[in-house]
Amino acid sequence: MTLAFDSAGLGPGFADPVFDSQSVFRSVLNAVAYPGAIERLAHRPGAPEGLDPAMASVVLTLCDLDTPIWSDAALSSEAVSTYLRFHCGAPLVAAAADARFGLIGDAAAMPRLDAFAMGDERYPDRSTTLVVTVPSLTEGPQRQWSGPGILRRRTVAVAGLPDWFWADWALNQGLYPLGVDVLFACGDAVMGLPRGITVKE
Amino acid sequence: MTGDYNFAYLDEQTKRMIRRTLLKALAIPGYQVPFGGREMPLAYGWGTGGIQVTASVIGPRDVLKVIDQGADDTTNAVSIRRFFERVADVATTEKTTDATIIQTRHRVPEANLVEGQILVYQVPQPEPLRRLEPRETETRKMHAYGEYGLMQVKLYEDIAQFGHIATTYDYPVIVNGRYLTAPSPIPKFDNPKMQDNPAIQLFGAGREKRIYAIPPYTTVKSLDFDDHPFTVQRWDGACALCGATDSYLDEVVLDDRGKRMFVCSDTDYCGQRRAAGHVGEQPDMDDALEPEAR
Amino acid sequence: MYVAVKGGERAILNSHKLVAEERRGDPAVPELGLAQITEQFRLAVDRVMNEGSVYDPELAALALKQAQGDSIEAIFLLRAYRTTLPRIAVSRPIETAEMAVRRRVSAAYKDMPGGQVLGPTYDYTHRLLDFALAAEGETVPEAEQAASPLPETMLPVLDILSHEGLIEEEVADREGEPVFDVTRDPMSFPAGRDQRLQNLARGDEGFVLGLAYSTTRGYGGSHPFVGELRMGEVSVEIVPEELGFPIDIGDITVTECQMINQFKGSAEKPPQFTRGYGLSFGHCERKAMAMSLVDRALRCKELGEDALYPAQDDEFVLSHTDNVEAVGFVTHFKLPHYVDFQAELELVRKMRAEQARVEPQEAAE
Repeated sequence: MTLAFDSAGLGPGFADPVFDSQSVFRSVLNAVAYPGAIERLAHRPGAPEGLDPAMASVVLTLCDLDTPIWSDAALSSEAVSTYLRFHCGAPLVAAAADARFGLIGDAAAMPRLDAFAMGDERYPDRSTTLVVTVPSLTEGPQRQWSGPGILRRRTVAVAGLPDWFWADWALNQGLYPLGVDVLFACGDAVMGLPRGITVKE
Repeated sequence: MTGDYNFAYLDEQTKRMIRRTLLKALAIPGYQVPFGGREMPLAYGWGTGGIQVTASVIGPRDVLKVIDQGADDTTNAVSIRRFFERVADVATTEKTTDATIIQTRHRVPEANLVEGQILVYQVPQPEPLRRLEPRETETRKMHAYGEYGLMQVKLYEDIAQFGHIATTYDYPVIVNGRYLTAPSPIPKFDNPKMQDNPAIQLFGAGREKRIYAIPPYTTVKSLDFDDHPFTVQRWDGACALCGATDSYLDEVVLDDRGKRMFVCSDTDYCGQRRAAGHVGEQPDMDDALEPEAR
Repeated sequence: MYVAVKGGERAILNSHKLVAEERRGDPAVPELGLAQITEQFRLAVDRVMNEGSVYDPELAALALKQAQGDSIEAIFLLRAYRTTLPRIAVSRPIETAEMAVRRRVSAAYKDMPGGQVLGPTYDYTHRLLDFALAAEGETVPEAEQAASPLPETMLPVLDILSHEGLIEEEVADREGEPVFDVTRDPMSFPAGRDQRLQNLARGDEGFVLGLAYSTTRGYGGSHPFVGELRMGEVSVEIVPEELGFPIDIGDITVTECQMINQFKGSAEKPPQFTRGYGLSFGHCERKAMAMSLVDRALRCKELGEDALYPAQDDEFVLSHTDNVEAVGFVTHFKLPHYVDFQAELELVRKMRAEQARVEPQEAAE
């Protein structure tokens, strides 16, 4: 069955779903626990054109029929949508605020952060996790990150984000304990930016 | 190896659900995230929360240590370790420093943990306010608004009545300046180890279906008052086996006339110290202390 | 690979052997077969399926055999096994009106379409120990067949009342709406009726029975009539996505209780009877009846009644019905608590020492 879809241009997913997703999860867990650290992924699934391999790994590891996904125009190709539906069975939703996961293929054109679910006071966990594809995790403008998971502070240089991103992030951080959480995806690596992290120039 | 069961017992969908929960838990330190806890083949209250967390995190390259009361050889620790040997075929160890994942009940190991290590706590009651307010609808509101006056009042009443805060274990903490959190029934002796720990601390409450976390390098403050600052337990003596004066000691009754001695609760810590040549006052009592369980 | 092996491990393995020995009992006595349990301990099997949330008599029998007949241990075994089963499909709601009825009684009406069907019940047995059963090999008496078969569809007795508007309308057909899933979703409060009914259905029979009893003794103001209690077989249907029409995947035995309760009415509603509902796998009348009473008690808020008693409190009831949770937690207190006990010892000694220092001074003053 997988082969039939492959011939239609779909990536095959993880070679070993149980162990590959475990390994990717540990990298993502570390990424969220140690924000700003670059976590390399040991396993990447085959992915269709336009879907960053690290993003594909994260999605295959965390998403399924219980996690509505919103994806941006850059990820709206038939191949990507079919891949997501086939490999995760995840429902694709039209409203960003309804999504458990927001997938961004083109960071420069991404929606403002407040378009996504922030959770509510009683259940702050019910917020969107954004997975944002970026061109580089090291070659962007330098910022100082601090907060849970970071010893004192860490200098991080994510590239390709829109001008308003860090101002929006300050607003998001101001909503703590509400707010979105972000995972940056870049080729074979991920980096976590949970809501509790303060970012300064 | 695992017979009819999936790697680490849980099916992949359940693991994904728990993994998502763990990430949200790390993003909101100290906040209890509800999760769809499953029945496990071990009894609720016996570590099913910790087991589900460990099962969702563990992989074939991990080295697992399981302790109960600080010791690797207590029966429930042995039983949980056996479970993972059986369903996940992982390597196990008693050495804190060799372990990538440590599942624990009631203690934080004495040895310093390092970045990348994961400490999984078994939690019987994740809600620090539960004994003061039995209703989830109420305690959830208190957390939503950060209203923890009820706990402050309880601790202050202790001081008024006993001259002390009469909580010695599961001593409430504020995590990252926001959430009142149960450290699980560790002695308050261990509370300071939670603060700014380089390791990842994950908490699983299976029966109550809650998961929470303390990320590395996070502030964890034990509640106290200016005129009654938080203090930890201290012993006059030292470990009878290794001579340690900085570890949590268990009291062992030696005869029926009340004769007793104190030994390290963390068996690996004690063993490492003795291997390094440290000696306590009654080093030969070791055999007497570990009568073969029958 | 370094594997820790200590005395504890040997003790555990040995304890398993001791259990096996006790389970088998005297080897001179023939071993129980699963078929004997499913055929001759059917009510025990039904309870285990019910609270274990798995309809499979053979697995329930295995669980009972393994647990030496301890139903709660058997329920736990079945629940733990259930965790590992994939969910293949979600069935359509069962139609109890189309039940192949084996038993059907109403306390509200003397007769109604389809009639009363006493069926197999202990209700009118005199509870005299039957020593004839002790002697094996007795011939089993054969029950007489009725002259004519029962009608294929027996409408619920409560429909008779609803024609007159004397009982609240049954909730409209909500097939297709999302339903709470107690096996997957953590409990949340206030709980909807879907969550409450699922929780009660798998709740401990003894606990639910006790709560139900309390509602009839003043702790809940319940004035119940069994509108109808029926037991028999219903078919289970699923609609496979690729077919688009329902297919029958088999029959299950269920017991259903529709309890009628008095209700005075309110400013918005004229006086009418209200419903309490109970459903169980297999033949579990006690459970279905108790469930329907507690269901009604828990509906107090939606009916505008004051919630004054334990059985009306959804947080209290739903948090404590599950015997797998309850047993686990109550018995965990036998696990070692040396560390915490040591912490308490240290504090009590310290406080006593301080008191001893203070008191002589006070005496001197």
